[in-house]
Amino acid sequence: MDETLIASVLASAVRLATPLVLCALAGLFSERSGVVDIGLEGKMLFAAFAAGAMGAFTGSTTLALMAAMLVGVLLSSLHGLACVSYPGDQVVSGVALNIIAAGLTVVLGIAWFAQGGQTPPLPVDVRVQAHWQWLVQAVQPLPWLGPVLGQALFGHNLLVYCAYALVPVAWYVLYRTRFGLRLRAVGENPQMVDAAGVSVQRLRYAALAINGLLCGLAGSYLVLAQSANFSPHMTAGQGFMALAALIFGRWKPWGALGACLLFGLLDAIAMRLQGVDIPGVGAVPVQAIQALPYLMTVVLLAGFVGRAVAPAALGKPYLKNR
Amino acid sequence: MSQTTALPRWADVALLPVVCLALALCVAGIVVALVGQSPSQVLAALVQGAFGTPRGLSYTLYYATSFIFTGLAVAVAFHGGLFNIGGEGQATLGGLGTALVALWLSPVLPAWAMLPLMLVCGALFGMVWAAIPGYLQAYRGSHVVITTIMFNFLASTLLVYLLVNQLRAPGNVAIESAAFAPSAHLMSARELLALAGVDWPGSPLNASLLLALLACIAVYFFLWHSRSGYRLRAVGSSPGAAAYAGIRPQRHIVLAMAISGALAGMVGMNEVAGVSGRLVLEFVSGAGFTGIAVALMGRNHPVGIVLASILFGALFQGGAEVAFDVPGFSRDMVVMLQGFVVLFSGAMSYVVARPLAALLRVWQLPGAKHG
Repeated sequence: MDETLIASVLASAVRLATPLVLCALAGLFSERSGVVDIGLEGKMLFAAFAAGAMGAFTGSTTLALMAAMLVGVLLSSLHGLACVSYPGDQVVSGVALNIIAAGLTVVLGIAWFAQGGQTPPLPVDVRVQAHWQWLVQAVQPLPWLGPVLGQALFGHNLLVYCAYALVPVAWYVLYRTRFGLRLRAVGENPQMVDAAGVSVQRLRYAALAINGLLCGLAGSYLVLAQSANFSPHMTAGQGFMALAALIFGRWKPWGALGACLLFGLLDAIAMRLQGVDIPGVGAVPVQAIQALPYLMTVVLLAGFVGRAVAPAALGKPYLKNR
Repeated sequence: MSQTTALPRWADVALLPVVCLALALCVAGIVVALVGQSPSQVLAALVQGAFGTPRGLSYTLYYATSFIFTGLAVAVAFHGGLFNIGGEGQATLGGLGTALVALWLSPVLPAWAMLPLMLVCGALFGMVWAAIPGYLQAYRGSHVVITTIMFNFLASTLLVYLLVNQLRAPGNVAIESAAFAPSAHLMSARELLALAGVDWPGSPLNASLLLALLACIAVYFFLWHSRSGYRLRAVGSSPGAAAYAGIRPQRHIVLAMAISGALAGMVGMNEVAGVSGRLVLEFVSGAGFTGIAVALMGRNHPVGIVLASILFGALFQGGAEVAFDVPGFSRDMVVMLQGFVVLFSGAMSYVVARPLAALLRVWQLPGAKHG
């Protein structure tokens, strides 16, 4: 295989993994605080719509990003109202968010833009662009490493680097700050945290707020970087894929990052192999590669290979008893 | 999902679902008004489209048939203490099973042997697809919600793979299998009613509606009037207490999921045997998820599920009609309303129940003092 092919597959793997990383980190905060988040998909979808609509109305990247994050936080707060303030079922609430997002984004899209639910394409200067083209050119002459390094590492836009930089930040917050310690404790044993005089509800709302911001970033990445506009159901299961990555990474930031990169790579390879005949093997069933992330997650969860242990209080509502 | 609200029983059973539905309709109505349409005009067109003509009514009942199956599937799993979010995948596999046996045997078998075989095969495929997550939950400790989500995606990729690479009829541009022989055709309502001498317009409504109603009765007797159903519900309300009473929770978790999957798999009879007569992509088209809304609204009881299924069938059929009549209206509004129903009657029922309980206390005890 030649290096330009490897470089382009790696580069697209990094790009495809970006929304997964953001979404998985969002799920990480929520689930480590004990709140199940099935609604990642819906939040990302609604945030993508917010970014697309705001970008189309104002032509401002900043406002588009802010709208997406605001929508993410609002939806997370709704989740919190149902499942943190009240003992509503967290899975049902997540399912509700997913269905509402799938319907409402199209309804609003048709009403505001009359293009079958799509938002108009954003102009180039509203979208985020690759910044370091000069660096890509500079490393190009290096033998073999040049294209791989250039395309796969330096050829991305700011949102991509931002997503990957947030992984160590999330790790630091969760494992090296008092807030993070309490947040993880509330996902394992909320009674203890409550007994220590720390508000369980406030911690879970804080986790959900961070979750909403990150979902907002993930959604806006889809519209501002990956494609030029919002189209109905454009998340196409990536929220669930991120959830799978979070579990596959055993509810840990670095593990989730690894899983996202692996899933992104599989996706990139599947795209590349579409309709390609490999000598001696024949056409590769692309669906088999696409199914791998889900299959691997099931196998890991079942404990046949390794073991993924969820936070102990995950999915259990906690209400202070009077 | 379980309800222990402060409401009296009649209000918990009858009033709360109605209030939750009303709230969902109100929010959806506000959205309709916000996008510049008249909610009353939309509602009138919707009701007219869903119930106004025999043809509209048939479509409503046709949609309701699939929702009854998937709603029952969610309800049975729920009574076993499980949230089966995988109705979509189990229905996909059910359709696959129905179609595979029809493709294989319909040229040689007569209808009286073919149709029951298709039913059994579809239910079996759905059953296996749900029993695996059930087994993994019971014996390997992986959560059934996550596993069934993964199985939904696995089912859809499996269907795409089989249709594109294996089952597509040679020379066919569309991604669909070859048509079944006539013996695999389930009678439509038009054909059935013609036997009784009634002239009924053509529609996708078929005999599987009767099957769905039978399934309701069977589920009712299984859950509330059989030993096995009692054990299943015991495990659902308290696995620990059930184990102490000599019931094996693991076995009943697998059983609940297996029955649930079999019910979801019967969607294949409605869509594949009753309507398309061949295997196509996306024949489930969200019925698995609508089943969640149906079960929540119907309070996991067969009677409630039939009523909720007819409601959602009417919304889907009426929504399609309104989309013709009112420019700018799309069926996505129905999807949105479905989301609000899940939100209010599922996730936020506690949020609704508390003020409702306070209101009822005020009405029932006029002037009485509260301790």
